[in-house]
Amino acid sequence: MAEKIISPFFKIKDSHTIDVYEQHGGYEVIQDVLRTKTPQDVVDAVLKSNLRGLGGAGFPAGRKWSFIPKDSPKPKYLVVNADESEPGTFKDRYIMDNYTHGLFEGIMLAAYAIGCHKAFIYIRGEYIRQAENLVDQRDAARARGYLGKGIFGTDYDLDIVVHRGAGAYICGEETALLESLEGKKGWPRMKPPFPAIEGAFKCPTIVNNVETLAYVPSIMKKGPEWFANLGSERNGGLRLYSVSGLVKNPGVYELPLGTPLRDIIYEHAGGLLDGRKLKAVIPGGSSSPILTPDEIDVKMDYDSLAAIGSMLGSAGIIVMDDTVDIVRSLYVVTRFYHHESCGQCTPCREGTGWAEKILKRILDGEGVAQDITTLESIGNHIIGNTICPLGDAASMPLQSYLKKFRHEFEARVASKNGTGQVVEKTVADWN
Amino acid sequence: MLTITIDGNEIQVEKGTTVIQAAEQSGIEIPRYCYHPGLSIVGVCRICLVEIERMPKLQVACYTPVTDGMVVHTNTPKVLRERQAVLEFLLVNHPLDCPVCDQAGECWLQNFYMQHGLHDSQMLENKVKKHKAQQIGPNVMLDSERCILCSRCVRFCDEISQTHELGIFNRGDHAELLPYPGTQLDNKYSANTIDICPVGALTDRDFRFRTRVWYLSETKSVCPGCSQGCNIYVHHNDKRDYKADGIRVSRLKPRYNPEVNQWWMCDAGRYGFTWIDAPSRVQQPRRRRSEEFEEVAWEDATAEIVAKLHTISATHGPESIGVILSPQMTNEDLFMAKHVFQDGFGVQQFACNLPPLSPGDEDDFLIKADKNPNTAGVDLLAIETCSVAELLDDARNKMIRVLYVCYHDLEQNFADTELLPALKELEFVVFQGTNEHSFARKADYILPSAAFAEKDGTFTNHAHRVQRIHRAVNPLGQARPDWMIFRSFARYVALSSPFFDTADVFAAISESVPAFRNLNYEKLGDFGATVGRSESVLATEASVV
Repeated sequence: MAEKIISPFFKIKDSHTIDVYEQHGGYEVIQDVLRTKTPQDVVDAVLKSNLRGLGGAGFPAGRKWSFIPKDSPKPKYLVVNADESEPGTFKDRYIMDNYTHGLFEGIMLAAYAIGCHKAFIYIRGEYIRQAENLVDQRDAARARGYLGKGIFGTDYDLDIVVHRGAGAYICGEETALLESLEGKKGWPRMKPPFPAIEGAFKCPTIVNNVETLAYVPSIMKKGPEWFANLGSERNGGLRLYSVSGLVKNPGVYELPLGTPLRDIIYEHAGGLLDGRKLKAVIPGGSSSPILTPDEIDVKMDYDSLAAIGSMLGSAGIIVMDDTVDIVRSLYVVTRFYHHESCGQCTPCREGTGWAEKILKRILDGEGVAQDITTLESIGNHIIGNTICPLGDAASMPLQSYLKKFRHEFEARVASKNGTGQVVEKTVADWN
Repeated sequence: MLTITIDGNEIQVEKGTTVIQAAEQSGIEIPRYCYHPGLSIVGVCRICLVEIERMPKLQVACYTPVTDGMVVHTNTPKVLRERQAVLEFLLVNHPLDCPVCDQAGECWLQNFYMQHGLHDSQMLENKVKKHKAQQIGPNVMLDSERCILCSRCVRFCDEISQTHELGIFNRGDHAELLPYPGTQLDNKYSANTIDICPVGALTDRDFRFRTRVWYLSETKSVCPGCSQGCNIYVHHNDKRDYKADGIRVSRLKPRYNPEVNQWWMCDAGRYGFTWIDAPSRVQQPRRRRSEEFEEVAWEDATAEIVAKLHTISATHGPESIGVILSPQMTNEDLFMAKHVFQDGFGVQQFACNLPPLSPGDEDDFLIKADKNPNTAGVDLLAIETCSVAELLDDARNKMIRVLYVCYHDLEQNFADTELLPALKELEFVVFQGTNEHSFARKADYILPSAAFAEKDGTFTNHAHRVQRIHRAVNPLGQARPDWMIFRSFARYVALSSPFFDTADVFAAISESVPAFRNLNYEKLGDFGATVGRSESVLATEASVV
């Protein structure tokens, strides 16, 4: 059986409590690090482990930490991005439910590494139970002296603030998250300055995903080489894959980076429902370009997926079989991005709503041939032209669905209500 | 200095310059909506995307700082395509109600569509519906459907007026500009939001539906509303005057002057021009015939006034004539008045300022308590020799027998117990001004002056900046610029007055007044020039420090 780090806790009773966590070796390494290692040692170890940001962008975590200015007189902040909202992604929820103190220990290590004494967990508004659990466990840790002034009897102070979002996908984008944390409307900021230089409250800030931080204790415990070797080249360690859609066993699977997508679907998630044929797979949350069945031998790591024009993103795998209406699927995805577009920059604000309306019209049997090129054009002109990646996230499904499943869209616009009657409308008919 | 190449032109710019500013310096206009040089940069409209070598994506020119050796392209096929796409996106939910939109003709959606768009609409869907024609403040109307959410107005209220009335509510294409609940866009500078709104979302309640903007002409001028002297454009309707119900001056707009008002002006100044076309304007010279007035030709009026002045002066001496001028008059008017009355008639007693009735509204931005545009001019030209109150005293004591009053409504400042005994003793009173009031009707002659928008000249603002005003419209009726009225007296008193226009008068000022030495209209240019400060101002400033 392959090595697993976090997921064993999913099956242990009361694994979210301090006692159970400590019975399984929790809070050992932080005490050791605080007493015997320098912050730079932690940064170096994480750099060497090839741990990459597991929120979606995949930026090497250790490098991000090293951007914190050493000579700044301002306080430094660690912000934990727990605003898990990417459709098809639910790994952070499992971590917060079952590996709460593992997350806290990761926060402590990261905070120590960057010299932060106040960490914020920005948690998705809909995660009510998880937020309550975080607060309860944070209080329990405080009661033991694991948080607060002089943690674990050292002279290092650290406290954690749990901040609930108000239900906006955009607040998972790190600068929008910081705006929201500061009490403002969740609008992404222009970069530079990057958060490491000027983040929360105009102070140097590191924003890390829940899963990224949850892997830090094991790296410090078992060594960066051990962690790096678990994954593939430049893609260190394990990762939690959220598998959903039409498979026998949907759920969270902890597997090495670089595990072939086919293995995840057919071995770990139990394969498709009986008698169904695979039609499409979204590999990394709804924003990642969709894959066809002949592409699923790809290795699930950042570089391999990028090489075939998709992305690992949040590793939220959505499996679709031959019963799925691909046009409706794109409509649902696009409706989501339209609903969640913050409205700040023009292309995303106007383009997502426009695309949704066209797709709705196609679904209603009122599509015209020209709609497909219009949809493509919308996708092509949003991508890369906006402040934050939400525009890209909305465009990539548009582009990839239309490229790989064009025939389904063409068939739909050529027939009225699926009756096969060709209507061949043009723009002129509408004017 | 940094070197940047924009569309093949290499230029040197200061460190900290952004690409859009550098392009402007090299004469290339990059389209923009959200960018405004007077506001913070948000980079949301995305119309200013440009291609920068060695950067994979297009970059917004407004936010990107120039680095040394940067090579920028503003008109590659890719840039033009994306620019067109941004315009198309902006128009997706735009109501396209240009025929009934007041902004038409000065709308940057129209302008940039003609320059960069020119695409056929691919939009078949229903547009998003938002609030229309909402009054969001005393001066501003909002049409949310036309709004492109550039947030210029929001930033103006946050950063310039610092009154924070506006916000953008909701998300995505349902995002909408609105005042915060329970507030109105009601601040002293609110109408600037209309100027900076690039589209027809914010329109001017005062100007709405009055005139199509392409019938307007614009003339550079200076706001006469206070001693700040904000630079303005007078927008006047001389192409369709018959449709404007006699309203010739349609609106005032701020004109950029980095030293005085940047891009802004206050609402009080902006809307304080209606007197120019008001029914109270004096339109022809009038002469008292017992209780009534009768119209009189200019030539007769001047001849009669001069004759009367000579008669009284011959009996009681020139010291029996008192002249009250006004800090509402231009430097040229004041200089000419002093020249003619002092050198021609031997008058020694000039008053000018009247203390304001109530303390003027004032702030630390543009609004000054002194509501006269040329108080500093009065000071520098050394006009004043006595106060108005002293002149009235002298009148009561029969030492003054003639009072020549410009502009002032003395009834506002003096009680009947002070004013009526003086008027009773005066043998002859002349009133000269733009608008009639009840004091004017106590004079023997009423002479019509041209308003500031009807004449050329200069004002000197509180900081001693001399700035030009220009004639936008002709004087109403038979009104004349004050300096010309005074000039017409000159030939009766054998005074050589070789002044054909205000430039000649200004030349004479610069010759005889030390503070104005070496200045001329060309040197003043559009932004004006600061002149030497008088001893009294320096003394006041020193005492404050």
